[in-house]
Amino acid sequence: MEKELKILKYSDLPKMIEKFISQGYPVLAPVHKGKIVEIEYVQSLDSIALDVLLSTQSAKKAAFPKVEKVLEYTMNKAGVVQHPVDPADSKETILFGVRPCDASGFKSLDAIFGEGPSDQFYLSKKEKTTIISFSCPVADEYCFCTSVGGGPGNTAGSDLQFTSVSKDELLVEILTEKGKKASRIFADLLTEANSAIDKTKFIADVKVVFDLDSVVAKTTASFGNAELWLEQSLRCIGCGACAFVCPTCACFDFQDEQDTKKGVRLRLWDSCGFSLFTLHTSGHNPREVQSQRWRQRIMHKFAYMPEQLKVVGCEGCGRCSRACPVDMNIKEHLTAIREQVTV
Amino acid sequence: MQEFEPKIVAFVCNWCTYAGADLTGTSRIKYSANVKIIRFPCTGRIDFMILMKAFENGADGIIVSGCHPNDCHYSTGNFHARRRWIVLRNLLNFAGIETDRIQFSWVSAAEGFKWADVVNNTVAAIKEIGPYENYRKIAVSTLFNEEGASNE
Amino acid sequence: MNDLIKKVTQLLDDKTINVFIGYGQGTASRIRTIFVKNSSQVENLVYTSDCTANLAGYLLKHEVKKIGKLGILANDSALRSMMQLASEFQIKDGEVYVLHAAKDGSFTEFADFQSIEAYLVTIDTGITSDEQERIAKLEAMTVKERWIFWNKEFEKCIKCYACRAACPMCYCHRCTTDVNQPQWIPVASHEQGNLDYHLMRAMHLAGRCVNCGECANACPMDIPLNLLTYQLIAPIRTTFDATAGMKADAVYALSTFKPDDKENFII
Repeated sequence: MEKELKILKYSDLPKMIEKFISQGYPVLAPVHKGKIVEIEYVQSLDSIALDVLLSTQSAKKAAFPKVEKVLEYTMNKAGVVQHPVDPADSKETILFGVRPCDASGFKSLDAIFGEGPSDQFYLSKKEKTTIISFSCPVADEYCFCTSVGGGPGNTAGSDLQFTSVSKDELLVEILTEKGKKASRIFADLLTEANSAIDKTKFIADVKVVFDLDSVVAKTTASFGNAELWLEQSLRCIGCGACAFVCPTCACFDFQDEQDTKKGVRLRLWDSCGFSLFTLHTSGHNPREVQSQRWRQRIMHKFAYMPEQLKVVGCEGCGRCSRACPVDMNIKEHLTAIREQVTV
Repeated sequence: MQEFEPKIVAFVCNWCTYAGADLTGTSRIKYSANVKIIRFPCTGRIDFMILMKAFENGADGIIVSGCHPNDCHYSTGNFHARRRWIVLRNLLNFAGIETDRIQFSWVSAAEGFKWADVVNNTVAAIKEIGPYENYRKIAVSTLFNEEGASNE
Repeated sequence: MNDLIKKVTQLLDDKTINVFIGYGQGTASRIRTIFVKNSSQVENLVYTSDCTANLAGYLLKHEVKKIGKLGILANDSALRSMMQLASEFQIKDGEVYVLHAAKDGSFTEFADFQSIEAYLVTIDTGITSDEQERIAKLEAMTVKERWIFWNKEFEKCIKCYACRAACPMCYCHRCTTDVNQPQWIPVASHEQGNLDYHLMRAMHLAGRCVNCGECANACPMDIPLNLLTYQLIAPIRTTFDATAGMKADAVYALSTFKPDDKENFII
């Protein structure tokens, strides 16, 4: 679809949110919760945290929630009766106020969940989500989106993108059919934009720190480089904070919860950083130590995904580095791979 | 409206309170039928997670009971349990869990009357407080007790 | 600072230790743990007032232990963690070289556990006045208000287990939450699963927590987890006369008893 440009007044944003909600679209947006910023359902613009650099958690939960019911069942003497949960049973939702890296993170998830037997629970939720991203006016030392093919004004994955072009005006880029449909809801608030407007003037300057192709090639060649992974992961404590805030991490676990008569099957987030992740029933653990789990994390994103799905599993948002209790900085580790490894 | 009948789970030790409850029965002393007794080898074995599970599965009140101090069949099980209960009550209270729903007692094998009193008083107290709605609202069972999975 | 660098260089050169666990510069103004394995890396060591992390947890990490003999830059909470770990037979006297970093920036070598114990009785091991205030505020609430408070906090939990991973006392090879036969704690990060997990962790740390605050610092969702265990410190001290992490041969308060332990709730 041909991109369309419009102008929206900041002062009209509350009206826009009102329109979404009054027409029956739930709105998911970043919300301040003490020191952190969560992605939650909102009722008005007041509660939305538009001033923050990045929400603590990624927006993936719009289509891949941390706990998701996939099956219900009842049990009686005759056996188990299944009551499938309809994956399509979700509402059309507006995901508002996220960053370009969140929006493009869905591309990795689309690739993972769309491959092979496609995952309807994810795909139908994603299909029903319209993503309105805000380009980034600022970046910090953890950001490296430009090094992994993104950028502070990257429109990939977004249906609509807003860019602040003056104190009271937003540039609206209508990028997809879904975005077009959503824009009709608040069409009366939009005015024509000057097509010559250069949005790059209004977005952050994020320096490229490494050459992605080279990092991918060197990561791919480093499976056997135990020294490298050990060195990088020595201070890793093996929690799952990085994976759970990541916009592209898609590993999950299934758990049944039941009483004597009824039960549910739940899909939950999981992380390759946990020692239990690969533990076999026999007691054998193929990834016995943390360095092997760290290798898995990096290789999955920068070697296996590019090879199998043709996408890099990282958006350069830096959430994992910010969330890490022991300051494992992924940008730094990738730069180190780029510098230390010779292919 | 029907009167609220609380569900009470009693975790008791095999050697004193269970025998005491037995004596209550053989002595034909009537006591409230709201209580479901679960026998443990010793109060020292009653991990606090077991109490949490009871609330999770719909208990409104809990009784934990064992041998009087110095009477433990294993000499020290109840002493250990007592320390843990002291800490546990502090923790649960601080975490916002209603500790007046958990009654701790010592009932010996000879105290049939006391057991009846403990149960009756606990049931009366819980009737006063009402059902443990707060805990039920977050229980895992809310995931499958909504419409849909029921009525099969 | 120069003293530190000189000392560590000497320790590494004469092979007293194979690796020194200390602080280094992290991203932007953050401080991170670094592992100094040879004298060419000692220059990376830093010590500032921001170096508050408790490094004792690394003494038990498999890959760190494998490097060889360990040296550690221990602040007050790390010393207490070490004493508690020793009392639980996780580290032995003489196994670790301990360089203590005092709050004023001076460094002292501790030859053995006895000297650490002697030092620990001289310092204030209590929780901060800010933490005391927060606990007092919660204690002043009604039970129902506290229930709402903690529900709101636990709702944020994503069960990344950063609190458990960061805690020096959470060293179990198989945590209760990982046990699935029987499944004590729901794995899911829903309200019940989160409440059960945090209560279990607090209960298992009761009387062992040395109030270093690593759990709350590690939490990416900013849940004040430390308050749960901190609140138990005072009752355990007054009722059982026990404080965690003060003596290497201490008996854990909850695995012992006194026949005359006082309570007022058992009928």
